[in-house]
Amino acid sequence: MVGIVGYGTKIPRYRIKVEEIAKVWGTDAPSYKRGLNLNEKSVPAPDEDCATLSVNAALNALKRAEIDPAEIGAVYVGSESHPYAVKPTGTIVSEAIGACPYVHTADLEFACKAGTEGMFIALNLVKSGAVPYALAIGADTSQGAPGDALEYSAAAGAAAFIMGNKNLIAELKDTHCFMTDTPDFWRREYKHYPEHGGRFTGAPAYFKHVSGAVDAILGKTNLSPKDFDYVIFHQPNGKFPVQAAKKFGFKEPQYLPGLLSPTLGNTYSGSSPMGFAATLDIAKPGELILLISYGSGAGSDAFVFETTNRIDEVRNRAPKLKKQLDEHKFYIEYGTYAKFRKKILVPN
Amino acid sequence: MRKVAIVGVGLIKWGELWEKSLRQIAAEAIFECLEDAGTDRIDAMTIGNMSGGLFNGQEHLSSLIPDFMGLKNIPAMRIESACASGGMAVRTAYLEVASGLSDFAVAVGVEKMTDISGQEATYALATAADQDHEAFHGVTFPGLYAMMAKAHMDRYGTTREDLSSVVIKNHKNGSLNPNAQFPFEITGDQVLRSPMVADPLRLLDCSPISDGAAAVMLTTLEEAEKLKKQPVLISGIGHATDSLALSSRNDILKMEAVEQSASKALEMAGKSIEDIDFAEVHDCFSIAEIMILEALGVVPPGEGGKASSEGLTALNGKFPVNPSGGLKSKGHPVGATGVAQICEAVAQLKGEAGKRQLKNVKAGLTQNMGGSAGSSVVHILEVI
Repeated sequence: MVGIVGYGTKIPRYRIKVEEIAKVWGTDAPSYKRGLNLNEKSVPAPDEDCATLSVNAALNALKRAEIDPAEIGAVYVGSESHPYAVKPTGTIVSEAIGACPYVHTADLEFACKAGTEGMFIALNLVKSGAVPYALAIGADTSQGAPGDALEYSAAAGAAAFIMGNKNLIAELKDTHCFMTDTPDFWRREYKHYPEHGGRFTGAPAYFKHVSGAVDAILGKTNLSPKDFDYVIFHQPNGKFPVQAAKKFGFKEPQYLPGLLSPTLGNTYSGSSPMGFAATLDIAKPGELILLISYGSGAGSDAFVFETTNRIDEVRNRAPKLKKQLDEHKFYIEYGTYAKFRKKILVPN
Repeated sequence: MRKVAIVGVGLIKWGELWEKSLRQIAAEAIFECLEDAGTDRIDAMTIGNMSGGLFNGQEHLSSLIPDFMGLKNIPAMRIESACASGGMAVRTAYLEVASGLSDFAVAVGVEKMTDISGQEATYALATAADQDHEAFHGVTFPGLYAMMAKAHMDRYGTTREDLSSVVIKNHKNGSLNPNAQFPFEITGDQVLRSPMVADPLRLLDCSPISDGAAAVMLTTLEEAEKLKKQPVLISGIGHATDSLALSSRNDILKMEAVEQSASKALEMAGKSIEDIDFAEVHDCFSIAEIMILEALGVVPPGEGGKASSEGLTALNGKFPVNPSGGLKSKGHPVGATGVAQICEAVAQLKGEAGKRQLKNVKAGLTQNMGGSAGSSVVHILEVI
């Protein structure tokens, strides 16, 4: 039996509204709000990056896991905004939370799927018996080029999960992956901002892969959508995950608790893991949860978890996601945002 | 010159055809056309394509397409006149047959526009405008047509609702066309709520970026008889050009190329516009259809908007326009559009247009133009 022993999240406190971005670029805010179901997004402070968000999320996960961090045998950080091109984020995180030195660590990258990649590896590493605990983090301070459609959604946040084989809060029932070589979104080396295939990111990319993963996991587990209490899809905006959920007949009570993008934005590697964390914040013992990630390039991971009695004991030991999302937020204007996100070129 | 008839048409469903290549969609339309014509004889091929170079990095379609289809060695040529490339390919195929150079000529129109970003596609399309006097300064086609729309509203009192009536009508027609890219109805409210592109034109005033292909087989009346196919006669062809830049025109609201191409075609067919039962026209923007109605002489100058609002051009109106759904609903793969207009006219004249079939139609007109009407080609088709 393997599963999750602790989870935690971190969301920066700054926010920018869609109207503020649209005002600068002369675009139509209502069409983004209505068309993509996006209202505002989180913005990392100048001293926040993928590493600090990961550390904060991991510390919150440790509060719920109630384990000695030195027992963590593996740390995986999935992100597409690792602070260094060469030098792991994982070592920073491992050191900061006290998991060093007897720990295996790796940085992962698979567009928005890097977080669940870490979860997949961590769960299977624990299952194999190689380590007692493994930490998986999905974290991003995602990039959207100035004026690009991505700028309305590219947000920051992290979710961390400590996997183990005892004192579980959610037991892993099954996993499945669905992957093809589909170039819908990419960032070349030395480039600051990603590029994307516009509408090509929809039907042949996101929807094909999340649907493929759902079909595969339902077939493998012999479950149907109505058997699940909750479902979380990757959230590049507020529209795609709802469309995907409806396609399979999932109802609002199943997908709304994990739908964060309308007020959080797309936290890339953190996106579906954070939706999953928000769902764990409210799930009762014995409930079945389906998690479907998506990463451009392209692939989807599917996970089925069932919560245990311990979920009720630990959820209040760290700040819940909704609290981080809805409270103590500061709205900034585009100028501040541009400065924070280093969109203003300063000589030397 | 010999009389020329259409004995086969081929049209594939248009849209974002990401699973297929330029050569594949062209070949699919041609194969469908051959099936419809009941012959696989091709003496010559004309290919309407605006910008394989900019959209696909592929020129030399005259070798590409026949080669892919196993038709090595046939004479083939690519015809370019911006968005009128398709209509011009049909005209060139007509000349092949009429002149006696070929007995069977296929005209195919093809464009694959969605494999590049919207920005790149906008740039490619803007090369159909005047680079020195328009595009270089930042104006693109929505901007040029917006200027015409503003002027039309100012001089003639054309309203926002008049523009919307074109869009609503074409989507209503397109909802009955299984090959349309956007086969659904839209409301005036949806038009008004769509994002502004270039005032007064909103997103839903503009035709889309599309992938698509269409083909027609042209032959002589004698050969058509041998094939035992009901031929549709091309009884008139008119082609005219105008200044490339809007700023060079005496009147921004006068589409001289459209006027002259239409009058030449009607004269050749021995007809007046009153003898025409319906038209497929180049509604690249809502205002374009309004101005074309005036240029064709269907209504006097300035009355195109009002006529649209009053239902003149509806499927059940006195002069149905764009029964196919037009560029707006059917899609606008630029090089394919002029050929697809002919396909629709043939379907209507042969009574094969399904749910959007017009009643008792004997003569139809197609009008296909490039850029802001810098070139225009008109065909008159008749059942015989």
